[in-house]
Amino acid sequence: MVTTPEGATVSRLEEELLALAGSVPDPELPVLTLAELGVVRGLRITDSGRVEVELTPTYTGCPAIEAMSADIERVLNEQGQAEVTVRTVLSPPWSTDDITAEGRRKLEEFGIAPPGPTGAKGPVMVGLAIRCPHCGSTDTTLLSRFSSTACKALRRCEACREPFDHFKEL
Amino acid sequence: MTASVPTPATVPAQAHATAALSLGDDALVLSHRLGEWAGHAPVLEEEVALANIALDLLGQARVLLSLVGDEDELAYLREERAFRNVQLVEQPNGDFAHTIARQLYFSVYQQLLYEQLAADAGSPFAPIAAKAVKEVAYHRDHAEHWTLRLGDGTPESHSRMQRALDALWRFTGELFEPVEGLSVDRDALRDGWLTTVTDAIRRATLTLPDGPQIGAWTAGAGRQGIHTEPFGRMLAEMQHLHRSHPGATW
Repeated sequence: MVTTPEGATVSRLEEELLALAGSVPDPELPVLTLAELGVVRGLRITDSGRVEVELTPTYTGCPAIEAMSADIERVLNEQGQAEVTVRTVLSPPWSTDDITAEGRRKLEEFGIAPPGPTGAKGPVMVGLAIRCPHCGSTDTTLLSRFSSTACKALRRCEACREPFDHFKEL
Repeated sequence: MTASVPTPATVPAQAHATAALSLGDDALVLSHRLGEWAGHAPVLEEEVALANIALDLLGQARVLLSLVGDEDELAYLREERAFRNVQLVEQPNGDFAHTIARQLYFSVYQQLLYEQLAADAGSPFAPIAAKAVKEVAYHRDHAEHWTLRLGDGTPESHSRMQRALDALWRFTGELFEPVEGLSVDRDALRDGWLTTVTDAIRRATLTLPDGPQIGAWTAGAGRQGIHTEPFGRMLAEMQHLHRSHPGATW
């Protein structure tokens, strides 16, 4: 047993199942796990033996949340947990700051410029240079504020001329 | 629409249900209007952008309507008079400038409103507002940049953008009418909205419309279930599949 900062005890089994739930790949960005994306909020086993997982969406309307829930249920079922409930929680809201350092590295390797820190001025106003994930140049231009998904913007590198996605700060 | 919408911690009181319907219907109806651009937007990037904004709004609508009841029943089985959205969001897409003017007026309002709700820890809407306000910041950014680009563009785009701002102006007054169950500082909302919209319009070399912000017969009408003529046609299209094939899934 370990004790969380909130004082609740977490069993070894809960820890293992949490790690397992977190290891599920993101359905839209399969290079990232859900833990690296920072969307698995917690896991507990109730007195009746049911496993409850808390999951938070990146965007309120993110359609991937249903696939994520189903994938988590499946891996926990395969691990012998018959009763699994995945609950969606909104608060506190997910932020791109919740993506782990390893998650950011993988995004860049995958060709997606990772989000910068969100800062105090809100998501849109971050003015830091965005680096091309292909050649590393910071000479890049915004083509469209919304790309293949709401969480990404489409940019072009002026050095290597390649277009690329940028995971927007949120 | 299926299972994984957040479950509300408590069932809201009647007044909160009215507020949730009002905000949820705003998001749902505007989402549907923006979705109508799919296959018709002027450039591919805009098609994707408008669809993404529509998806954000649909997500907000699902959470808000689920506070009140079954989201599908509320979206697909209510009659026109039961919808509580402001008339602004039901206005037809028009040309691209009309869509951008509607986006500018609404996203500035929604961002300021959600900022207030997010800061009110006692509000049942604080969690959804805190999350959605970050998404809406991008909607507003999108609308402001297009307002600048069209207003400060060619004589044709300038005149169309001005025409659109003028045409939709009379629907903006309703944004600041009281909503049952929603505790907001309406003066701050109106002042903040006017300052931001005025600044965007000025930078776009356009003129702030000077007519009344409310039509003679329409003051606050959408929130009371009274809608403009195009809304009925929109609802017919939005609801007909569900009504023709109740319970159908794929």
